[in-house]
Amino acid sequence: MDALTSYEKITRRTRARRYTTKTLTYILLLFWAFMVLFPFYWMILTSIKSYSSYNAEYIPSFIARSPTLQNYVDAFTTVPLGRYLLNTLIFTLITTAIMLVVTTLAAFAFARLEFRGKNIIFTLFLSLMMIPNELVVITNFTTITNLGWRNTFVGLILPSVTSVFYIYLLKENFAQVPDELYYAAKVDGTSDLRYLRRVLIPICKPTMITIVILKIIECWNSYVWPRLITDDEAYYLVSNGIQEIRENGFGRENIPAMMAAVVVISTPLIILFLCFRKQIMAGVARGGTKG
Amino acid sequence: MIEKKSAKAWLYLLPAFLFLAAFMIYPLIDVFIYSFEEGYNSASQTYYGIGLYNYSYVLHDTYFLQAVKNTFLLVIITVPLSTGLALLISVALNSITRLREFLQTVYFLPYVTNTLAVGLVFMILFKKTAYSDGLVNLLIQFFGGSSVDFIDGPYWAKMFVLCFYTIWVVMPFKILILTSALASVNPIYYSAARVDGTPAWRIFFKITLPMISPMIFYLVITGFIGAFKAYSDAVALFGTDLNAAGMNTIVGYVYDMLYGDSGGYPSFASAAAIILFAIVLTITCINLLVSRKHVYY
Repeated sequence: MDALTSYEKITRRTRARRYTTKTLTYILLLFWAFMVLFPFYWMILTSIKSYSSYNAEYIPSFIARSPTLQNYVDAFTTVPLGRYLLNTLIFTLITTAIMLVVTTLAAFAFARLEFRGKNIIFTLFLSLMMIPNELVVITNFTTITNLGWRNTFVGLILPSVTSVFYIYLLKENFAQVPDELYYAAKVDGTSDLRYLRRVLIPICKPTMITIVILKIIECWNSYVWPRLITDDEAYYLVSNGIQEIRENGFGRENIPAMMAAVVVISTPLIILFLCFRKQIMAGVARGGTKG
Repeated sequence: MIEKKSAKAWLYLLPAFLFLAAFMIYPLIDVFIYSFEEGYNSASQTYYGIGLYNYSYVLHDTYFLQAVKNTFLLVIITVPLSTGLALLISVALNSITRLREFLQTVYFLPYVTNTLAVGLVFMILFKKTAYSDGLVNLLIQFFGGSSVDFIDGPYWAKMFVLCFYTIWVVMPFKILILTSALASVNPIYYSAARVDGTPAWRIFFKITLPMISPMIFYLVITGFIGAFKAYSDAVALFGTDLNAAGMNTIVGYVYDMLYGDSGGYPSFASAAAIILFAIVLTITCINLLVSRKHVYY
């Protein structure tokens, strides 16, 4: 009898403890989810409040009583937001395309072709990964300025192309493809370039997609280099554009319109992320860092 | 035959080489040359001596010292806090099944957002304007505190916002790395411990932590490096004139020296960049030494 009650007591206590742990876990997790999502909620909410109602609220309300899209119209008409977006799109697409070609060729050479000093050159390549951008940006700035490439897409794009890390990532992936495929292709008289295009690239498509997406994120969010190299508004990218809007944008402190611009700038990448969630997270886990 | 093959391989490597040589290797050498050229004039491209004057100028510049102080504070506060919080959240995330996928996706969102753009949202949440005290200050008032201007106010308040925003920005990466590390721990260890009736905290400290210690260590190192290079977070919150706000970082100092209203001094910028590089290298080496004792591979 006694033993039974104490047994029941222990079970009850364990269950209670497990229950508390579960609850605390969920509270913590939902709290952080709230912290992450709240800024997004707040920017969307603010962007659909009208200028006058936003400024009239001393205590900001958590819902928009009379939602308006006027701020989005303002964001595109008062400041050249469309121009910024177009610039960023051009910059991102061209940089990513050149990066992909350069990276694929180099990765192919390191993974498949034989040449003297391959290992030592590859090691030197890898050691370049440790060079921080801050060290090289100074000379690049001078170089581009001396070449007269400020406020041009050439000046924006060329120094942003190289990514040693992506060459490494793709080389590792290429090297995993069995040698037999290469020899078979060689026996059939296939050229290296054709083998690369018809066999390697299709097989390694997931890695290539990862690289492309990571580069797109990097380009879309790049701030330092575009800021150094452009001072003509016609060549601003979104990061510089939003800074310009903040500092002397709408002629007055028009926060709702500013938030509309922020929403417009953030949306493309969030959509891209939701579509390629698995690839992006796997790619970042394999070695991306912020910035 | 071999020679011909070699030539072909070089042809494939050529584009990558050209880009790297022009925009990485040459600048890397050049930055050291710049840093020793005294009184370099970027307009006439002349200098009048070789020496350590640039370094001594930078090290005596009050703006630089302020930037160093800000950066160190930021590093010391954000790296332990964000790593600890990420560990806590990852462990919690690992112990649940419902909502897990959804929460993982939510937690990753800050990674794909534009730092400058979302920084504006943080600014309006914390800023005090003529119209409103801002949401955060209203919350403080609600709990009986007195409101502070976090964007233009006292130093500690600005530092708080900067640290807060930095942590918000770096969390996705850390949570992602730690959750995948936790998921890869072999469950057999846990089963064995449970058979022995090991309490949960002991399992955590004796099994989980040692098993994922390489990844924690990796995060600490990348966290240190990343926080030392903080810049755009500060710009997002306080605007481009960081010196005036007293919130400049070392990287910000480098860029201000290079370009902008106070710019035009590539030599000073180079010296500052090299000092930053030396600091980061030293700290990373110290980290590596410390980790030898505490990390299990």
